[in-house]
Amino acid sequence: MKPSAFNYVRAGTIDEALQVLAREGDSAKIIAGGMSLGPMMNFRLAQPKVLIDIMQIPELARIREDSKGGYVEIGAGIRQAQLLGWSDLARLLPLFAMALPHTGHYQTRSRGTVCGSIAHSDPSSEQVLCFATIGGSAVLQSKRGTRVVSASAFQVGMLATCREPEELLVAVRLPVAQKGVGYHFTEVARRRGDFAICAVATIAGPDFIRMGVGGVAERPTIKQWKNLQETEIDDALNEFAWELEGSDDIHATAEYRRQLVRRLGRRSIMEAKQCRS
Amino acid sequence: MSVVVAAERQLVKFRLNGKEVSAYAEPRLLLTDFLRKEFGSSEIHAACEHGVCGACTVLVDGMPARSCLTFAVQIDGHLVDTVQSLGGADGDLNDLQRNFRKRHGLQCGYCTPGILMSTTAFLRDNLAPSEADVRDMLSGHICRCTGYVGMVQAIMDTVRERNAKTFA
Repeated sequence: MKPSAFNYVRAGTIDEALQVLAREGDSAKIIAGGMSLGPMMNFRLAQPKVLIDIMQIPELARIREDSKGGYVEIGAGIRQAQLLGWSDLARLLPLFAMALPHTGHYQTRSRGTVCGSIAHSDPSSEQVLCFATIGGSAVLQSKRGTRVVSASAFQVGMLATCREPEELLVAVRLPVAQKGVGYHFTEVARRRGDFAICAVATIAGPDFIRMGVGGVAERPTIKQWKNLQETEIDDALNEFAWELEGSDDIHATAEYRRQLVRRLGRRSIMEAKQCRS
Repeated sequence: MSVVVAAERQLVKFRLNGKEVSAYAEPRLLLTDFLRKEFGSSEIHAACEHGVCGACTVLVDGMPARSCLTFAVQIDGHLVDTVQSLGGADGDLNDLQRNFRKRHGLQCGYCTPGILMSTTAFLRDNLAPSEADVRDMLSGHICRCTGYVGMVQAIMDTVRERNAKTFA
């Protein structure tokens, strides 16, 4: 359970990191908190030739509210615990305020980063789910320039994103909470901090319900309903549960997962509606 | 930018339990092995070595870190605290450790150093946690002896004692 050998680069600026990425491409890996990459390296599922440490780059250690753009930009150096401790979190990003306590454990949130989780793109990650449900975007930078991609374009599948080998995920942009819209997150896991068997994030607007489900399909799946009536909720959720095509695994059966989508989904819609301000 | 080639070793300078120390490490060396081999820190207990069990938890810059998921080269210029930092210079246990002993918060003791370090950071940042908060924090550690009940009691006792002292 020891990682294979690699060259270690401690980047002091974004440019330095991009320079190494441009040269090394696929054989390099970015390390931030290392809470996902670390286990993969110890198991030797990942054997990067070069490890680029971005945690000493001051420009990445920022949370910035862009009030004109209506989003919060979270730099790649921001740890989950830092975001959880951010005084504006509940006001601006209520969905993340509810979901982050379910991410990993107290002892991993203190190291793991928000952008690292999103770049790793685990299908049962709470942050990946919320990023998709809220309609965030990823800021990707390389020596050739910067591009901003929507969450739905960024996440292409299980542990897979559209990030090119020479690109660095420098930040994610998360739209801030809207007036008259309610947000809710809930999940079922074997124990607190474990990966979700089923996680549900819901946004309830004046005439729409938007719901993301994680842990069931190979990436978070989003569904949006217009003018969904109280009497239509159960049928809508049942249809959604089947569409996700969850499968049996060691943690739960497909049938149990479908039932979780129906029950957690209903509860989450009700709660989100109540939270509409 | 600093670069360490795989086969080479870099001098890692950091503060271990309040003392400036340094030693050489190749990039792939885990903090767990670095502390045990270079500094004789046998209180660092490696178990799962993939971040799940929490036995190897130390504090890096005051916050919990799995030392099995941290590379020695990453801690250059940082602060590391192990369970050795808790007691007095004369080997006395601190209040949290005494309560763990009193409440049977440990049996074999393998998971204990990590749990004590997590709890140390947790109680510093949470002055009045509920029992549920404590259990949530403990969910990041695996103990196969105790069933956790004694630990929860020891931690809640410590909270009460510390607050009684502060607000007396």
